Amino acid sequence: MYSDLNQRLKADVRLEEGLQACMNCGICTAICPAAEFYEYDPRSIAITVQSGNEEKIAALLEGDTIWYCGQCMSCKTRCPRNNCPGLIISVLRKLSQETGAFIKSRMGRQQYLIVKTIGANILRFGYCVHPNSLVPATHPEQGPVWRWIYENMHEVYAAVDANLDGDGPGAMRKISPTDLDELHQIFEVSGGLKLYQTIEYFSQLKAVEMGLTDTNGKADMEKYTQYLLNE
Amino acid sequence: MEPKTKIRWSEYNKKIADDKFFYLRSCIRQNFNPGAEKVFLSILQNNLRKEVYDDPHHTTCSGIGYHSDIVPFETFQTMVARQFSLMTERGYKNCAVSCITSFGGYNEVLSTWKEFPEELEKTRENLLKATGRTFEIPENLSHACDIIYHFRKEIAAQARYRLINKETGEPLKIVDHIGCHYAKIFPEKGVGGSEYSRVLTGMIEAWGGEAVDYPERRHCCGFGFRHYLIKNNRSYSISNSRKKFESMQPYHPDMILTNCPGCNMFLDRWQYALAQIEGKVYGGKNGIPVLSHEELAGLVLGYDPWKDIGLQMHQIDVEPFLNKIGVEYHPKQKFTGVKGQYINEPAFTGCLARKD
Repeated sequence: MYSDLNQRLKADVRLEEGLQACMNCGICTAICPAAEFYEYDPRSIAITVQSGNEEKIAALLEGDTIWYCGQCMSCKTRCPRNNCPGLIISVLRKLSQETGAFIKSRMGRQQYLIVKTIGANILRFGYCVHPNSLVPATHPEQGPVWRWIYENMHEVYAAVDANLDGDGPGAMRKISPTDLDELHQIFEVSGGLKLYQTIEYFSQLKAVEMGLTDTNGKADMEKYTQYLLNE
Repeated sequence: MEPKTKIRWSEYNKKIADDKFFYLRSCIRQNFNPGAEKVFLSILQNNLRKEVYDDPHHTTCSGIGYHSDIVPFETFQTMVARQFSLMTERGYKNCAVSCITSFGGYNEVLSTWKEFPEELEKTRENLLKATGRTFEIPENLSHACDIIYHFRKEIAAQARYRLINKETGEPLKIVDHIGCHYAKIFPEKGVGGSEYSRVLTGMIEAWGGEAVDYPERRHCCGFGFRHYLIKNNRSYSISNSRKKFESMQPYHPDMILTNCPGCNMFLDRWQYALAQIEGKVYGGKNGIPVLSHEELAGLVLGYDPWKDIGLQMHQIDVEPFLNKIGVEYHPKQKFTGVKGQYINEPAFTGCLARKD
């Protein structure tokens, strides 16, 4: 199903930075926060990628495992050979998305949700996070103070001289249409939009495969989103 | 903490620019603690008489998208290059970075360009094609906490308050939490590296407090990017923060000091969430106050906790800490608007609703 996985992994400069002669000592796993809370072993991932076994690499791309890493990069600091399993993970995740392998795992499928939230925020607001997108109902952990901020948004931000959605400089200022246009162009030219579209394309295929369709048999992405949120 | 670790941390002393900074804001800090960025700029301009430029044209660096894997490295490099282009356009050479994710990301990009010049060339082509822009590489890249650390003694000289319990005369016990991407990826880019970080403990000690070590000091707060962003995965985030709270609790800290916008918010909010879930409060009656380096610097310099620093946007009450130091503040001004009028208030602050 997949081809040249090794070659495609090695084409990413981050693999060269992140993996050089892993000796399988396991200090990355010992220190890894994700290994403490998930069935996750960065040591074995480094060894698998280093082995070049295409079948095992394909299994990684299709599985939950690579999505457990929290990208804290604690592994980078502690590796005696300066390897960085967290960076290897970034390369694997990119390939998983490019090949569509990510839709085969529960954790991988969640990428669609991130495109629809953080991805959309970047292009719409010019920020990864915007107060409008932090709805208290979906963020109960934010607590009563955030609810108070959210419900009195403009007054609370203005009281500390933030410039919420305003022109000119300052915290949470409106990003001008000219600057947003530059950002869009960067995403167009450098492959950012293509990755969004790739994630959406494979997610639509998965929705159809799962029968989450509209009356015309096309993918119903609202149903798919609800499925992911409860999966 | 200094005598034990002095030899080790002193091996990691980075160069921090003295003046003329191009400021790069943080998505998360602007959202949750905009007053921290405001007071940072004010400290530089009004207390330290430094030049710092706050450019309205810069945007997100897209770092959260990059580390949650929806933004390709090539795009991230080009986004970073645009920030550098704005800096170049304004005639600056020193970046002052508010965000730890951005700081780690800028260092990753700069390191990549050094190791792989073809990546730099490709980025230059991408940026030129997309925006018509060119850029110079910054001469100095410092996180905002580096700059506060750099000027900690000047701040101490101007301080209105010291980190000393005004009743007992004892130094306040403060634990720090360093954002992972400050120095774990590139230890040489952080003051004291990642194992023996000095950037926050240096401030605590310069301003009269006692920096308290604890076993999980270096453990991640648990953000985990995709793990917090996706509601189903947030147990990862709260579990990691819980591990830290459990580790620091035996030392009875008066406050948690952070340098990362995300960590500052998570260590504040997860105390509330853990109290709601488990009924456990880790410090005092209603949690351990959490402050960032800018917020703490602002407090010791005598800035108003509400109007200047915006500490009303924290879930965990900061008042117990203010009272220990002896900061003068008006309790009734906490929840007021631009013109000083009362604007409603949260259902409750701290960890647990008060039982009246």
